[in-house]
Amino acid sequence: MISLAAKRRAVNAVASALMFAATCVGLFFLAWILWTTLRFGIAAMHWDLFLKDTPAPGDGGYGLRNAFVGSVILMCIALLIGVPVGLMAGTWLAEYGGRSRRARLVRFVNDIMLSAPSIEIGLFTYAVMVDPLGHFSAFSGGVALAILMVPIIVRTTDEMLRLVGAEMREAAIALGAPMWKVVTNITWKAARAGILTGILISLARISGETAPLLFTALNNQYYSTSLARPIANLPVVIFQFAMSPYDNWQQMAWAGAFIAITFILLLSVTSRLILQKSVKRP
Amino acid sequence: MESSEAAVGQKLTPAAEEPGTAGRGRPLSADSLFHGVCVSMAGLVGVALVAIVIAIAVDSLPAIRTFGVLGFLKSSEWDPVSEHFGAFPFIVGTLVSSAIAMVLAVPVSFGVAVFISELAPAWMRQPVSAAIEMLAAVPSIVYGLWGLLVFAPAFANLEPWINDHLGALPLVGALFQGPPMGIGMLTAGIVLAIMILPYITAIMRDVFVATPTRLKESAYAMGATTWEVARQILLPYTRTAVTGGIFLGLGRALGETMAVTFVIGNSNNLSASLLMPGASIPSVIANEFTEATSKLYVSSLIYLGLVLIAITLIVQVLAVLLLGSVRRGAVSSR
Repeated sequence: MISLAAKRRAVNAVASALMFAATCVGLFFLAWILWTTLRFGIAAMHWDLFLKDTPAPGDGGYGLRNAFVGSVILMCIALLIGVPVGLMAGTWLAEYGGRSRRARLVRFVNDIMLSAPSIEIGLFTYAVMVDPLGHFSAFSGGVALAILMVPIIVRTTDEMLRLVGAEMREAAIALGAPMWKVVTNITWKAARAGILTGILISLARISGETAPLLFTALNNQYYSTSLARPIANLPVVIFQFAMSPYDNWQQMAWAGAFIAITFILLLSVTSRLILQKSVKRP
Repeated sequence: MESSEAAVGQKLTPAAEEPGTAGRGRPLSADSLFHGVCVSMAGLVGVALVAIVIAIAVDSLPAIRTFGVLGFLKSSEWDPVSEHFGAFPFIVGTLVSSAIAMVLAVPVSFGVAVFISELAPAWMRQPVSAAIEMLAAVPSIVYGLWGLLVFAPAFANLEPWINDHLGALPLVGALFQGPPMGIGMLTAGIVLAIMILPYITAIMRDVFVATPTRLKESAYAMGATTWEVARQILLPYTRTAVTGGIFLGLGRALGETMAVTFVIGNSNNLSASLLMPGASIPSVIANEFTEATSKLYVSSLIYLGLVLIAITLIVQVLAVLLLGSVRRGAVSSR
């Protein structure tokens, strides 16, 4: 006959072991994914990746230059559209909207957009930009990525601005500063580390996005910087190359994945550092 | 401060009554311009969801007219040549792959979250949390690449064992019989589980850590074990948010495109076995969109997107409502 205490201890020991095992499973898959990307990615590193364009099918060449350039262009468009929209909308929520019914509605919609599947954003951009214009374009790809960025920027801007003490605003208003000056010179400045972090995180989020680009920027085998035409980009090239039977294409897919992950990890480490530094400051 | 018109209307009120309105009275002042820009951008964000639903619904109209609603949802035929399209296999594929992901990810997330909040020594908590969160930073295309070229071949070695053991079980046996290809519904579910693990874990960890210490410590003081505290204190106290976190993960799994497209096998036929290839709504859209030549074909794919929105929107609204004031996202979870 086992005593109740012994039974409870045994159950606890088993449960604790399972929780530890669960953590190990999570860490194991992280290590596995990072390790394979690192191993295959570094093995596939070659200067030609940055100097030559994507080769034709069956051609043994090496190169991702057009995809890198295309991805940078797409990210720039997304930043140029997404940052002002997200920043201003977040500012309205924190500075004007407050806890009003309208602000709560905008926050609710934004929360849903925050976790909306990216394929839906891609289809939306296709429906409003690609379909009416009749052709895929780099610009529509940038817009799709911007739509994915905005909710993240809105949320962080809103949260960070609301952390700024009311006394700072009141002091500025008491000195006769108009509201726009209070916001741009006082509260934006006080919350700039948090806002910047949000922008970096949103950039990290979109830099690996593939699904929305399939319906908008598509892909381009050649080097192109035209905003009105389809453009090569890293995620879609990885998708196409990984599915292909060619060895050199698969290697390039790993090289692309490695570079994408490195970029994303650098962004998230930078944003963490910025945030930590600003938190430590009294 | 309600609107720019109101600010203009306050022009004549004495400044002493409205502190802080100085300089805001002039029509088209920098202030009303700034406010106007902020309001319109916030308005843009506010109407985004409705705009998305309307735009996608409009583009699916040709398919809606041809196949109807129930006819489209119930039909299993997907034939681009004769232009007959039905969503049933893809709806099932989406739900089944996500269900596998939830069955695997929810218990593991719970384990990781309790480990971080209750079991792990203090020095270990931050690094383990950060590492699990890093799983969310890995882009889905990399999950797909890894799933197709690394995980699927490894999993194919395990499948004969699954055939022999799980496949021999009564009732559920048929689910686990099939050729050892490595790709298929089960593989898609496993990869999805890894992808949503960090999201569910982050929410559970946050609410477990935020559970009042006096509750936990009273239980510990009464001699409760860690497991009993987790089961009888943490879980009941955080039930709503935990459910919200699970729905958040489910929403992610339902809409995940790239990783699933790589490993689900892309077969438009339904099969009883989880080891067989299948397709989900996102995977069939991603696969066939660029090949779709006719107007009706494209429209049917967008119609599938509309069905996906209907499914994910319910889950997402539930998640947001249940999570309520729980903050989420990489920045706010610090």
